[in-house]
This record gives sequence, C-alpha cells and structure tokens, in this order.
Amino acid sequence: MKRLAPYLLILPGGLWLAIFLVVPMVFMASVSTQEGDVVNGFVQTFNFSVYGDALVQYRTQFLRSAGYGLVATVVSIALAYPMAYWIAFKGGPRKSTYLLLVLLPFFVSFVLRTVSWKFLLADDGMLLSPLKSIGLVPGDFHVLQTTAAVIGGLVYNYLPFMILPIYVALERVDPRVVEAAQDLYAARREAFTKVVLPLSLPGVFAGVLMTFVPMTADYVNAGILGGPENTMIGNIIQTEYLVNNDYPTAAALSFTLMAAMLVGIFAYAKALGTENVLEAAAR
Amino acid sequence: MSTVTTQRATEPAKRVRGRSRLGDRLLKGYVWLILAWLFLPIVVMVVFGFNDTQSKSNVTWQGFTLKWWGRLGDYPDLTEAVLNSIQIAVLATVITTLLGTLMGLALGRYRFRGQGATNLVMFAAIASPELVMGASLLSLFISSGVQTGFATVVIAHVLFSLSFVAITVRARVIGLDPSIEEAARDLGASTWVTFWRVTFPMILPGVVAGALLAFALSIDDFVITQFTSGSTQTFPLWIWGATRIGVPPQVNILGTLIFAVGVAIAVFNTVLSRRRT
Repeated sequence: MKRLAPYLLILPGGLWLAIFLVVPMVFMASVSTQEGDVVNGFVQTFNFSVYGDALVQYRTQFLRSAGYGLVATVVSIALAYPMAYWIAFKGGPRKSTYLLLVLLPFFVSFVLRTVSWKFLLADDGMLLSPLKSIGLVPGDFHVLQTTAAVIGGLVYNYLPFMILPIYVALERVDPRVVEAAQDLYAARREAFTKVVLPLSLPGVFAGVLMTFVPMTADYVNAGILGGPENTMIGNIIQTEYLVNNDYPTAAALSFTLMAAMLVGIFAYAKALGTENVLEAAAR
Repeated sequence: MSTVTTQRATEPAKRVRGRSRLGDRLLKGYVWLILAWLFLPIVVMVVFGFNDTQSKSNVTWQGFTLKWWGRLGDYPDLTEAVLNSIQIAVLATVITTLLGTLMGLALGRYRFRGQGATNLVMFAAIASPELVMGASLLSLFISSGVQTGFATVVIAHVLFSLSFVAITVRARVIGLDPSIEEAARDLGASTWVTFWRVTFPMILPGVVAGALLAFALSIDDFVITQFTSGSTQTFPLWIWGATRIGVPPQVNILGTLIFAVGVAIAVFNTVLSRRRT
C-alpha cells in the first residue's frame, strides 16, 4: 500500500495530462495527413505533401513570427532584468508587494488589455490626437497596424513571465557572496558581471523559454494591434482551423510549430533541467 | 588586476556609497515607470466604463456618467458569456485543485519511478504554447466526433492549470517539517487522522493559492478556449468578437468588476499568508 501511494495520488492528474496533452498531439499528426472537407468528411490518406505545400505557402508568416518573437524576447530581457534586480536586492520588506503589482494586471483578461491598447494607440485616440493637434507628429502618423505595435503588444503581455524567473534566480543569490566579492576588492561593476550575472543566467534562460515560445505562437496581438502585413503563423492556424475548416493544413502547420518548439523545450529541459521554470510557475 | 583594485580601494568609501544611492533611486523610478506602463491599459479600461459615449464605439472621452452601471444587462449574449466564464472557472478550479493537490502531495512527499517523466510532462504543459494545446485538443475532438462546447472548455482549462496547482502544492509539501507528523503518529493518530488534522491544515495555504491561480487562469483564458468552445461564448471570446464593431462600456465595467474581485482576493491571500508565517 505504502509503495503504491504515490502512484494512486498521481494517477488521476497524470491520466488527465496523458489523455488531453499527449494523446491529442498524436491525433493532430493524424489529422494533418488526412484529405477531404467538412461536408464530406476527412479520410486518412497519409498525404504528407500537405507539409511541403503549407510550409512553402506560409514561409513568410513562420519567419515573421520567429523574428517578432526574437525581437520581443530581447526587448523583454532588457526591460525585465533591471526591474527584477531592483526588487530582489533593494525591494526590502516590500518585495512581495512589488511582485503582486507585477502580477495584478493578469486579473484583466489578456484580450481586454490588448483592446485597451488599441484604444490608446488609435489614430485619433488619447495618445496620438493631442500630439497631432500640436503638430509634434504628422497628421497621417499611425502606430496601429505596424510591426512596432505588434512587438510592443507582445512585450507588454508577456513581460511578467520574464520578470518572475529572473527575480527568482536573483533572489537566491546570497548577498554575502556579493559582499565577499567586494571585500576582495571587486568594483561594483565587477561584482555584478562576475558574480551576480552568471548566477542569474538560469533565470534569464527560463524567462526566454517562458516568453519566446508563447510570443512566437501568439495571434491575439497581431490580430488586434497589427495589420495585414503583420499576420503571424498563429493567425493562419487559427483561421484555417476555425474559419476555413481546412483541418489538414491547419494541423500540419501547428504540428510543425509544435515540433520546432518541443525540440527547443526538451533541449532546454535536458540542458538546464525543469526546476527553474517549475519554480517560477509556483510563484 | 591587483594594481587596479588597490587603487579603487583607496577611493573614499563615502563617494561610492553616494553614487550607488543615486543609482538605486534611478532604478526605483524605472521600476515604477514599468509598473505604470503595465497598469496604463487597465486604468483606461476602468475610466472608460464611466464614459458618456453615444455610439457603440467607446474610444473618445465624452464626459462622466454612471448610466452604464444601470444598463449592465443591455446585451443578453454578453451577460450569458460572463456567466459561462464564471461557471467554467468554478468547475475547472474544483477539478484542478483536487487533482493538482493529489499530484503535489505525491511529488513533494515520495520518490518514485516515473517522477522524472511526470515532471517533464508537467513542464511541457507549462512550456507548450496555448495555440498548440488548443489545436491538438481540437484535432482530438474532431477525430473522435466529440461536439465542442462547455464540457470541452472545462477539460482544456483543467489541462493547462493542473501543473501550476501541482507545483504550488508541491512547494508547500516539501517545506513541511516531517517531525510534526511523526509526533502525531507517536501520539496514536492513524494515517487518516494525521492527514486531515495535521498535514492538510499545513498545506492548505498552498492549496488555496493553487485554487486562486487556477481560477484566474481559467476566467481570463482566450486562446485554448477559442479552439475548444464550439458555439459556447465566454467573456474574452465575446470581447474578441466585438473588437471589430466596437467594444461597449459594459465590457469595461464587467472587466473592472472581475479585476476588483481578483485584486481583493489576491491582497487578502497575501495578508493571510503573511500572518500565518
């Protein structure tokens, strides 16, 4: 009984994850090689050519998504690191209050926050119309439907997922280690680059994983803040599945996206372990 | 190296401290700037719930009014979407908390074969993009002829919040002092009694935190919900549908209410957990 206990405890949740996370991925692979349409039904024909066709057709969107994800991740690191650093080392007794403030925006739906940005950034909205009326920016200046708006939206929506893991890593740095470095005559900058920064890198890597992956697969920001020139692969997959009902193409695209990301995710797990991400998630 | 450092060491300590204090203050200003940026769209959302707008598009400020609070139910399908969101979140939270707590207990207390694999699957559930989870779930439902709707949304919401709850509980279980449970058993308490009277009260804060997280994740979710909802509407789905034609002030008010409740619970939980420790 005692030896069975952990298995009995894990069983219900484990089955849920197996049936609804692992099994569906197999079904997605199967759907991607079917042929047919919604009216007449789909038949399994192991038609792999759909992959080649879909990749050629949507190459631009794949590359664009990766590019947006990359830029937004780099910007997020630059914005999040100093903030996590200050909260971890200078936040004092109010550390948890600051962390709570970082997380509070999540109580407003992701879509609603993005819609709010659309209000704010509209051509005749609160930010642009005063600037236009005093002539600071030209009358035809716009932010919406640009690459900058989409990347800005991505950074905005996923920034807390970068701040949190970096904070967790920095908070674990023993201040005595930094003091020791300074006692050994390291300048402040040296103590940072040679002691604090290397110790916080696992947090940065965890943050990269937790932002780059969802940013690249995002379609809400491109859908609300972007224009036709900013379509990401997520928008294509969403449209093919839910609007065009072209399930094989949609499944092929999302299977490709998933495969690329799982390689990255498992390479990360192999190299750095799963603990950094799991711990940041438990905050 | 040594020549440089001895030179630095002779610098007056006071000046270094003064400089660092200025740096800290700048950094603090920066932190508040980022926080202001994070809250800006939320302030806009709250304020425009009081906008005396005439048309359905609620973009420019027309003056203060409270009239939308009285006309909260003007869109029956919006009201229904919000009620759906709440029901789904409650149901998903109950299931997730139950399954996640059991998993957290197993992972925090025991060492067993398959533990690494379980961690890896939970990690994959957290790291996988929602789009991929939603798309593969939809593939499963299409292939097996399951009609998507309320039930499939609940299934999906349990799926993506399960790992978060399990990890939150696990953290609490690992932090337990085993000698307290040993003491209970030494005093003659059975395994069952020890669990309910000793272990469970001690892990309860972790369970509550996990449940809150599950609720927050569920009520705000958009991507997986869109893939698994069929014709069932939720609050975020309704907003997405309305973005093209204009979002009415009622959405701002409902968003404000959900935000207020969420903040109140989160603050309450923080205060409570601070008192406990």
